[in-house]
Amino acid sequence: MLAAVDWGIIWQRIFHPDHVFLVALWTTIYISVLAQILGVLLGLLAALMRMSKVYPLRFLSGAYVLVFRGTPLIVQIFFIYFGANLLFGFTLIPRSLNFGLFTMDGAAFAGILALGINEGAYMREIIRAGIDAVDKGQMEAAKSLGMPYRLAMRRIILPQATRFIVPPLGNEFNNMMKTSSLIFFIGVTELFGDAEIRYSTTFKPVEYFLAVAFWYLMLTTVWSLIQSQIERKLSASERGDDYTFRERMAHAWSPVTRGRGLAR
Amino acid sequence: MTSDAAIMRAEDVVKRFGKLEVLKGVSLEVYTGEVVCIIGPSGSGKTTFIRCINHLEKIESGRIEVNGHLIGYEEKNGKLVEDSEKNIAKQRAEIGMVFQRFNLFPHKTALENVIEAPVNVRGLKKSQAIPEGQALLARVGLADKADTYPGKLSGGQQQRVAIARALAMKPSLMLFDEPTSALDPEVIGEVLDVMKALAVDFGTTMIVVTHEMGFAREVGDRVVMMDDGKIIEEGTPEHFFTAPREERTKQFLAAIL
Repeated sequence: MLAAVDWGIIWQRIFHPDHVFLVALWTTIYISVLAQILGVLLGLLAALMRMSKVYPLRFLSGAYVLVFRGTPLIVQIFFIYFGANLLFGFTLIPRSLNFGLFTMDGAAFAGILALGINEGAYMREIIRAGIDAVDKGQMEAAKSLGMPYRLAMRRIILPQATRFIVPPLGNEFNNMMKTSSLIFFIGVTELFGDAEIRYSTTFKPVEYFLAVAFWYLMLTTVWSLIQSQIERKLSASERGDDYTFRERMAHAWSPVTRGRGLAR
Repeated sequence: MTSDAAIMRAEDVVKRFGKLEVLKGVSLEVYTGEVVCIIGPSGSGKTTFIRCINHLEKIESGRIEVNGHLIGYEEKNGKLVEDSEKNIAKQRAEIGMVFQRFNLFPHKTALENVIEAPVNVRGLKKSQAIPEGQALLARVGLADKADTYPGKLSGGQQQRVAIARALAMKPSLMLFDEPTSALDPEVIGEVLDVMKALAVDFGTTMIVVTHEMGFAREVGDRVVMMDDGKIIEEGTPEHFFTAPREERTKQFLAAIL
């Protein structure tokens, strides 16, 4: 016998979300975005360290990936939130952060840090693969023009690697939005936390968890639409019949071509 | 600098890939304004040799000087140690290179390809680099393609942009690594014409790895035949066409002509 489901609650949660819920939704979004950005930056740094001639840098990069891919994310989250201050002997994770316009809860900060650091370990491999996928002749051509390694990397290689990095990066962000629910366990009221709190006061698991599942599905669906748009524009040049998004952006921003039409 | 000064001087260059010795002591001098064509069967080391000239390949022993500067290495207590990245980059900026596969930057327009290094390596102002770049594109016959991305250019057009890109750094020596080998037969001519104009009208010093014997004959001052990691014969194009000395050279020429 199926339990009686209060469809009204689900309807309410989906079509008439209250303010508390919207704050939770926003929390999931901004934490996922910031953690993903941190992950990309750390992944880039670690990828460049991995390719360095300096052995200690390569070692550090390897150790980073080994540790953060090899241990559970929930352990990392708890460790950073509860353990980091004690370990380092200074306040890495404050009770709250004041950014002038808004304040951030210390737990949210710890959550972003943990999710971002963990993500960086996965992004390192994605970014390295993207850099490897750029034709070797590009670095040689840049070098032959007198560009030092760093300049060549920044101006020539990385812009081209993005087209290989963006598709897996989109998948990572999809994961991030769902995985960020783990930081409820250090007390951040994001989407899942909001559902959990309401469930624990009403004992209506079916309604609240179904509704929250719907909202996660909304987030990932909207994101996958955005992602497929980006990828379509990135791959258009492969067919040679259209300008890519990046070409249009480059054209729009370039001091050489700005204000002129795109040449055929 | 006198007109007979050697721009490039290679002495006894040895290069190994693992156990395979690809250059077994190559010596060559190239003088200002000269066009030297390097020919030889694949695997003879000719491409490796010109890649050593701008230090895209390290060498095991010997030395290479361009404009009197040791390339890629500095002498410390009589030993050659690899130079700093900054110095190597500086030396490379004086040497233009054109690749078999063009290697244009696909995310930049033709003009952006050309001005990339003058602006970002030399620190030239864009307002100055852009007209210079446009003039170079005009020189290779592509004035109307300045805003076009490499993906929309034919192979011959791409290679001409690549030549303009190398020239933009005002190099004292141009290296061409089989510049027409990856091209469709009908566009080879347009690239060779550009190279010929460089040599004849501008007196550019060039080292060209090529199988285009017509080009070698018409434009080349000297032809160098490489085989099995060594230079086996050297002379004027006429010498090669009329009376090659080595049996190996005769065989090779008979096969490609």
